[in-house]
Amino acid sequence: MSAATPLTGSESAPTRLYADGVSLGYDDRTIVHDLTVAIPDGKVTVIVGGNGCGKSTLLRGMARLLRPRGGAVLLDGEAVHTLPTKKVAQRIGLLPQNPIAPEGVTVVDLVGRGRHPHQSAFRRWGAEDDAAVAEALALTDTTDLAERIVDELSGGQRQRVWIAMALAQGTDLLLLDEPTTYLDVAHQVEMLDLLHELNTRAGTTIVMVLHDLNLSARYADHLVALKEGRIVAEGTPEQVVTEGVVLEVFGLENRVITDPVSHTPLVLPVGRRPARGAVVALDNMKENQ
Amino acid sequence: MTALDETTTASPRRTAPGPDIERVRRARRVPRRRHGVVLLGLAAAVTTLFLVNLLLGSYTFTLPDAAVLAFGGDIGNPTAAYIFTESKLPRALLAVFVGLCFGAGGAVFQTTLRNPLASPDIIGISTGASAAAVVALLTFDLRGDAVALAAAIGAVATALLVRWVAGGAGGFRLVLVGVGTGAALLAVIHYLFSRAAIWDAQLALRWLSGSLNDADWSRVRTIVIVLVVLLPLLWWSAAALRVTELGTDAASGLGVTPRRSELLMLVAVLLVAAGVAAAGPVAFLAFLSGPIARGLNKGRTSIAGAALVGAAILLGADYVGQYLIGGVKMPAGVITGAVGAPFLLWLMARGASGRSPR
Repeated sequence: MSAATPLTGSESAPTRLYADGVSLGYDDRTIVHDLTVAIPDGKVTVIVGGNGCGKSTLLRGMARLLRPRGGAVLLDGEAVHTLPTKKVAQRIGLLPQNPIAPEGVTVVDLVGRGRHPHQSAFRRWGAEDDAAVAEALALTDTTDLAERIVDELSGGQRQRVWIAMALAQGTDLLLLDEPTTYLDVAHQVEMLDLLHELNTRAGTTIVMVLHDLNLSARYADHLVALKEGRIVAEGTPEQVVTEGVVLEVFGLENRVITDPVSHTPLVLPVGRRPARGAVVALDNMKENQ
Repeated sequence: MTALDETTTASPRRTAPGPDIERVRRARRVPRRRHGVVLLGLAAAVTTLFLVNLLLGSYTFTLPDAAVLAFGGDIGNPTAAYIFTESKLPRALLAVFVGLCFGAGGAVFQTTLRNPLASPDIIGISTGASAAAVVALLTFDLRGDAVALAAAIGAVATALLVRWVAGGAGGFRLVLVGVGTGAALLAVIHYLFSRAAIWDAQLALRWLSGSLNDADWSRVRTIVIVLVVLLPLLWWSAAALRVTELGTDAASGLGVTPRRSELLMLVAVLLVAAGVAAAGPVAFLAFLSGPIARGLNKGRTSIAGAALVGAAILLGADYVGQYLIGGVKMPAGVITGAVGAPFLLWLMARGASGRSPR
């Protein structure tokens, strides 16, 4: 198990997005404790952990949705909570967990709302906004849905439209909170492929919270495993997805093998249900008696 | 992961088409054009109803005569001139302005709180404004703009109280707290009227369900001043509504803090208060306007549309109450109340927020 590499002592933040001893929480509960993590630029970082481990809280803190109790999240060396929201929105794109599609809204209209950080009372909509929306639609393969009503799309299409909205923000940092929830496995893979392409093609730094450990191991360049608001392990999927770490983070007996498709670690949970062979053997024994 | 992408992402469907800017422009125009047509149609309806209120009724005028009178001319009939300039014209103008206030205020509430039931007349804010105005009128013996100021204070105080008791949670909790608060404030109004021992039915009706019966130029002047101040503020803060209606987190991600929606709500509260000060808490007017404007605009939010719908409803209701109910003159609020109640029931039966979360 590799412990979190402490990045203390350095004067300037090592990467564009950097959590520096940050503590986050709601009301009287602190959920993330004194956490330090450097988000590698131009890479895909996935935050994993059990329910309530603080992974979404950490992402919300990085997106300036929560004011830290201690420490700071640094964006280009500046604490995000001291920057105006609009300035942060021009540099970090965000897809939260449950965005609401307003009734009757069309795909272009919704994606166009991603341009809001670049607009003001005096500068409303211009040619570069049209171009940014067109590009976001093209990147997410939703151009053909442009005129459709968002409510009437399928789950996978809708999620792509939401990602297009975050892309229209025109940032090279993208934070996504569980972008694959409510999607079936085929659409989950499609979504992650899309994000991977964005990363490789445009060099977008992506940080996301995912539930599925095996898909995380496939798509992450950098994995951060959290438990009770602290980092248990951090590094490449091979460093993080080990039997020991999975046992510690999820409390799950498991075996880790190499994924025959992607050659990344693949976690196989060990439950209490005995293997099929053993059941058959037991049945045979009963019959023989 | 490198072995993976080359083999699996080559789905034939994703042959990334180049950015199609022209298509985006075209697609963006469709809902905008629709909205433009809706606003034009509503403006025409408001103009027509305004003229109907002005020219028809128990005392009719021709359009040329009305034009002459409106610009201070003389048509050689002092009685007619007096009725036109001191009664019909201020009354119709007040109906338009009060309607705009309630329509816009209600739609802002319904959109920001994402609940058609969370309109200021249902969650007690109109009643709060009314109660404060009645207190100013009967207990402190104030008149004119002081009453309007009291209504504004009452509306803001009620809004803050409802939000505080509901604990920041929107949805049905806020609606229930608001309905309860409204009922309590209604009791305050009844109590003050019975104590004051001047149970004037007209006055009571005005402060309980809204009426344009005491329309005069000073009321028109006050509400015009309020609108001149608040409409630019509304226009500025409502631009953020396009983002805040995506949810708090998404809005923050797009650079809009919840403080911006609070400013917008404050503007809406003040609009409603101005409407109440001028014509009383016109029953269900704020509640009806937003959903009707949405219905015309294919379900999409339109604050300007809601404002125009409010004006049209109040003009229509006042005309119906004045001239079309045999024998009796009904205040506009009684008519809007009669129309609004079935609509409320229909909305409840349909399930107020029966939409999928995404």
